[in-house]
Amino acid sequence: MTMIFGVPLAVFMGQLTLGLVNGAFYALLSLGLAVIFGLLKIVNFAHGAQYMLGAFAALLGFRYLGINYWLALLLVPLVVGAFGVLLERFLLRRIAHLDHLYGLLLTFGLALIFEGTLVNFFGVSGARYATPEILQGGLNLGFMFLPTYRAWVLVAALAMCLFTWFMIERTRLGAYLRAGTENSQLMQAFGVNVPLLITLTYGFGVALAAFAGVLAAPLYPVSPTMGSSLLIVVFAVVVIGGMGSILGAIITGLAMGIIEGLTKVYYPEASNTVIFFVMIVVLMLRPVGLFGKEA
Amino acid sequence: MTFIKKTLAASIAVAAASSLAVSTAQADMSDGEVRIGYLADMSGTYRDLAGPGGLTAMEMAVADFGGSVDGAPIVISSADDRNSADVGANTVRGWIDQDNVDMVGGLVASSVSIAVTKVLEENNGLGIVSGSAASSITNEHCTPNHIHWVYDTYPLANGTAKAVVEQGGDSWFMLTADYAFGHALEADVTKVVEESGGEIVGGVRHPFPTSDFSSYILQAQGSGAKIVGLANAGADTVNAITTASQFGLTQSGQQLAGLLIFLNDVHALGLEATQNLLLTTGWYWDMDEQSREWAQRYFDEVGRMPTMVQAGIYSSTMHYLKAVEAAGTDDPETVRAQMADMPIEDFFARNGSIREDGRMIHDMYLAQVKTPEESTGEWDLYEILSTIPAAEAYRPLSESQCKLVQN
Repeated sequence: MTMIFGVPLAVFMGQLTLGLVNGAFYALLSLGLAVIFGLLKIVNFAHGAQYMLGAFAALLGFRYLGINYWLALLLVPLVVGAFGVLLERFLLRRIAHLDHLYGLLLTFGLALIFEGTLVNFFGVSGARYATPEILQGGLNLGFMFLPTYRAWVLVAALAMCLFTWFMIERTRLGAYLRAGTENSQLMQAFGVNVPLLITLTYGFGVALAAFAGVLAAPLYPVSPTMGSSLLIVVFAVVVIGGMGSILGAIITGLAMGIIEGLTKVYYPEASNTVIFFVMIVVLMLRPVGLFGKEA
Repeated sequence: MTFIKKTLAASIAVAAASSLAVSTAQADMSDGEVRIGYLADMSGTYRDLAGPGGLTAMEMAVADFGGSVDGAPIVISSADDRNSADVGANTVRGWIDQDNVDMVGGLVASSVSIAVTKVLEENNGLGIVSGSAASSITNEHCTPNHIHWVYDTYPLANGTAKAVVEQGGDSWFMLTADYAFGHALEADVTKVVEESGGEIVGGVRHPFPTSDFSSYILQAQGSGAKIVGLANAGADTVNAITTASQFGLTQSGQQLAGLLIFLNDVHALGLEATQNLLLTTGWYWDMDEQSREWAQRYFDEVGRMPTMVQAGIYSSTMHYLKAVEAAGTDDPETVRAQMADMPIEDFFARNGSIREDGRMIHDMYLAQVKTPEESTGEWDLYEILSTIPAAEAYRPLSESQCKLVQN
C-alpha cells in the first residue's frame, strides 16, 4: 500500500476530501462575514447565531409548515435575510457613526439574546433534520465512502461562494457597493441610494449565513448553540484571509478545512487549535492577512 | 495566582463563618425553615439532562412531602452554575454564609461538583450530587459532606463494556474526549475490555468539544475494530453518533458502544441513528409500574419524559426530607448519618443504600436502544436487557482511595 508520511494513501485521500467539505463550510460562513466587514465595517458577532437561525427556520418550517428541504434552501435565506435587513435598519444604522466596537458589542448581545431565547423554548440537546431522500446514501470513491449529502454540501457551498464573488467583483451592482463604501458622499452625489445599498448588503450577508445553516441542518443536530462554537473558527479564517477580502475568505476557508482535516490524522489533539496557530503565524508575517490590502 | 486567590477567599470564608459562630448544631430546624439550594446548568450543554426539569422534580418531591417538616416550611432556591466551578463554588458559599442553606442538590458538571463539595466540607454543609459522572467524586474527592446519587463512570464502563465483549465485541476502537473525564472513562473501559478477553486495537483523542467527527469516524472504519467505544459525553456523543450513521458505520458491520448517554441524547438523535446501541443507565421511565406512574406525573408538568438524573433528584430530595424528619433536625452531619441509616427503596432506586464513601449504590441496568420498528411512541426508546445488582455495579470499597474508607 502506498503510504504518505506513515498514513495509507486511501486514508490520506479520505481526510483530504472531508477537509475540503468542511473547508467549503468555513468558506461560506467567512464569506458572509467578509462581505459585511468589507463593505459595512461591522464586525458581525451575530453571524453564528444567524447561521443557527437558518438551521432552526428550516427545522421549524418543516415541522409546522411542511416546507421541504429544497424550498427551505430558497426561502430560509430570504426570511432570515429580511430579518437581517430589519436589524440593520433599526439597530445597526443608529450606531453606524460610532466606533466599530459598538457594532461588535451590539451584534454580540443580539447573538446572546437569539441563543438564549431559543434555548428557553427548545433546550440544548438539538433536534434531527432529515436528509432529503435523493441525497441519502453514499458514493464509493474507491478510497472512501462519501455520504452523498456531504458531496452536495461541497458543490452547493462552492457555487454560492463563486456567485457572491462574481456579484461583488464583476457586476455593476457590486461596483456601486464597493464605491459606496469607499466614498459614500460622492456616490450619493451621483444619485445612488447608499443607505439602501448598505442595508441590502447586510441582509445579503445574513442570508449567506442562513443558507449555510440550512446546508448544515441535516449534518449536525440543530441546536441553539450550534453557531457559537463555529463562529470563533470562522473569525480566525477571516483574519487569516485578510479582513474584508472576498476571495481571501473563500480560499482561506478551503485551505483551513484541509489543514484541519490533515491534523485530525497526524495529531488529532491539536485539530481544534491548528487554525489559531496558523493565524498567529500569518499575523506575525503579514498583519493584514494573506489577501488583505496594505493600509 | 488564582490558586492563591481561591485559598485566600476560602480561608476568609471559613474565618468569617467561624467568627460569626453560626450554630448549625441546633436540635431543631435552623431558622425554622428547611432550606434547599438547587444548583445546575440551567442554560448550557447539560440543561436538558438536569436543568429546569430537575428543579421541577425537586419541587415535586417537596410538594409530595407536604411542603414542610414538623411545621418548618421547606424553601427551595435555585441558581445556574453555567458549568463553571468558580460560579458554582461562589454561589454555594453565598447560600451557606447568607441564606443558611441546609442542603445543596442538583450538581451536574463534575468539575462544579468537586469544587462545591470542597466548599461544603469547609463549611460543614451537605450536598447531594445527582448529575455528575466522575467516579472520583466518591473516590479521591470524597468528603463527609456529600452523597453521590444516580450513577458514575465506574458502572457505565463496567456494565456496557463487559456486556459488549460478552456478546462477541472483542476488538475496540476508542473515541475519547481529550480531557480528564474522557481519559478516566477510557482507562476504565480498557481495563474491563482486557479483563473480559477483548483488546483495544486503536483510538483517537479528540478535542473537547468537537462538532465534526467525520475524520475520526473514517479512522474508526479503517481500524477494522468490531466496536467503536465513545468515551465522551453530551454534544460530542450526539455528534459522533450522527456522523457514524451518515458514514454507514453500523451498516458496514461495526457497532457503537455509548458509554455515557442519556435519554435526552437518544431522543434528540432519533432511533434511526441510535438503534441497537448498548448503554448502562441508573433508571428508565418505562421500567415498571412505579416508574411509569411517577414519569407520567413529571411528563404532565414538563412535557418531556424525565432522565435518570431528574428522577434521581426527586428520589434524593425525598430521602433527604425523610431523614430530616426522622432525625428531627436539619443539622447536616446528623442528617447525613440518618440518610445512611435508612435503606432507599422507591420508584427510582432498588436495593439502594449509602456507603461510607458517600456513594449511593443501587441496581443499575443494561439497556439497548430500540429500533424504529420496535418503538411505539416518541419516548419508547430503551429496552432493559438485564439488571446489574447494586453490590456489583459500583467500585468496590476495597479499591477505594477515599479518605473516609479504612483500607
